[in-house]
Amino acid sequence: MSQELTEFGTIISGALPAEITNVEIIRDQLVLWTRFDSVVPVLTFLRDDPGCQFKMLVDLTAVDYPERPERFEVVYNLLSLKHNRRVRLKLAVADGVPVPSVSEIFGAANWYEREVWDMFGIAFTGHPDMRRILTDYEFEGHPLRKDFPLTGYVEVRYDDEQKRVVYEPVKLAQEFRNFDFVSPWEGMNTLLPGDEKAGTTP
Amino acid sequence: MAETKTRTVNFGVAGLAAGEQPLIAAENKPYLVNVGPQHPGTHGVLRLVLEMEGEVVERADPHIGLLHRGTEKLIEYKTYIQALPYFDRLDYVSPMAQEHAFALAVEKLMGIVPPRRGQFIRVLFAEISRIANHLLNVTAFAMDVGALTPILWGFEEREKLLEFYERVSGARFHANYFRPGGVHRDLPPGLIEEIYGFCDQFPAWLDNFEALITENRIFKQRTVNIGPVTAEQAVDWGFTGPMLRASGVPWDLRKSQPYDVYAEMDFDVPVGTNGDCWERFLVRVEEMRQSLKIIRQALDNLPPGPVMVDNRKVAPPPRAEMKQSMEALIHHFKLFTEGYHVPAGETYTAVEAPKGEFAVYLVSDGSNKPYRCKIRAPGFTCIQAIDAIGRGYMLADVVAIIGSMDVVFGEIDR
Repeated sequence: MSQELTEFGTIISGALPAEITNVEIIRDQLVLWTRFDSVVPVLTFLRDDPGCQFKMLVDLTAVDYPERPERFEVVYNLLSLKHNRRVRLKLAVADGVPVPSVSEIFGAANWYEREVWDMFGIAFTGHPDMRRILTDYEFEGHPLRKDFPLTGYVEVRYDDEQKRVVYEPVKLAQEFRNFDFVSPWEGMNTLLPGDEKAGTTP
Repeated sequence: MAETKTRTVNFGVAGLAAGEQPLIAAENKPYLVNVGPQHPGTHGVLRLVLEMEGEVVERADPHIGLLHRGTEKLIEYKTYIQALPYFDRLDYVSPMAQEHAFALAVEKLMGIVPPRRGQFIRVLFAEISRIANHLLNVTAFAMDVGALTPILWGFEEREKLLEFYERVSGARFHANYFRPGGVHRDLPPGLIEEIYGFCDQFPAWLDNFEALITENRIFKQRTVNIGPVTAEQAVDWGFTGPMLRASGVPWDLRKSQPYDVYAEMDFDVPVGTNGDCWERFLVRVEEMRQSLKIIRQALDNLPPGPVMVDNRKVAPPPRAEMKQSMEALIHHFKLFTEGYHVPAGETYTAVEAPKGEFAVYLVSDGSNKPYRCKIRAPGFTCIQAIDAIGRGYMLADVVAIIGSMDVVFGEIDR
């Protein structure tokens, strides 16, 4: 299984040596890496090459890693009905850098790219209709970024005096509690929060 | 909202921006009609902005997201066990099919395989979910095009299936039954006989239903050759499940990439030719018959043994053991507070849910919470194609097309 996938990955990277930067096998699934500006030729090749025939873009999403210089990973999951095979194409992109749209290559990409724009704020150049899709009509921010708080910034309620729904800054009766389960007995190597003596020698 | 402001001519009450006066069309300019979000024909909270030329749709702009609850964000703040119930609430018409995808994804990352009895029970209930889902869809579809009787009949049958849900999990919908490592509890006594009883009487119900609807002249007039989709279009738009099969593509993940014990099951995959509303309906009806076949096989071959992996780091200890053993009590406490740590990695795991390929793209950073959990909903790609499919059809046909797509906004909006 994994042997066959490795060979297949080598064939693809051999056909596109300039575009494919890395080939990985993660949990029996083939992952290809590319640069963000060469996504269109790579996906066109994967769709049209007789050995690939990845005609279906089943999923397009992103992952946010705020600590990285290129903080977003855009992930394309492709499916070949002919060869019964899946492949995942990934690219890293920095905040504010637009990625070429692939909605010309796959019809399904149109809304997926709108969703990624809505949730992560990654713009796609050449997209025919770059509007928000899942969030509210005048929503601000990109909710799936790791620095967006879980509770959001605004809440809505019906105001009986104004007879309409009003938007207000979110008010929490209790601070959101996010427990971490780092046990001090299992090799905690980070500093304790609020330990003012941490830097001093005893 | 944006396009209403750019329109020079606007007729009707709906679709106007605040303060904008409705203008009477001087020439034959398109009308703008707002369908939904509170409209039974939209099967939930779909807002459909239609540009109409008389009764004919010229352009459709679906607005989704009215049921957006931020499931993916919430899951990032929950342990793996706590994340599972969110999947019941995605496609609330077939809850266990969703759980199946998440359970398989976590198992893939952790490298555990559930015991055979657990796998059989999961297949059994995945197929029960499929019948429950299709029952609601085909009958509601019949109602969309004017037949009120089937949905009243269908709910009675669906209720029997939901009782099976309740018997195993305690809940009619939000079952939380499939867990990473198997299923939560074994089948209660007597349930197998009851499911056999359902299998015996349901084909007669289906025949009865088909006699009423399938060849009905009015039903065929409303559905045959309405919204046909070619195989190329279906693949390009990312259609899966009955939508893809009705267009003539024999693609079923239960056959092509089998998970659990589907590889041992003998069933056929119904395929259409034309991909119109009627064939999507026929594919779903036939899938119900095939699901019955799988349910019978799963019951016939149900092996004895445990239903959950025997690993106390993943599965909770039995209640009786906790009364005796300190070790079991600690395991139970740790499991339901901290949860388990899933090794770092990522997986894209798909199941053939009743509506199509439902998949979870799960990224783990080695902690006890998912780093990212993208949910791939089959309805999302279907609803996107309404504009392309519905152009040139009457308004009432668009309702039929939406009905034949089997959309549920819990999973589309997430």
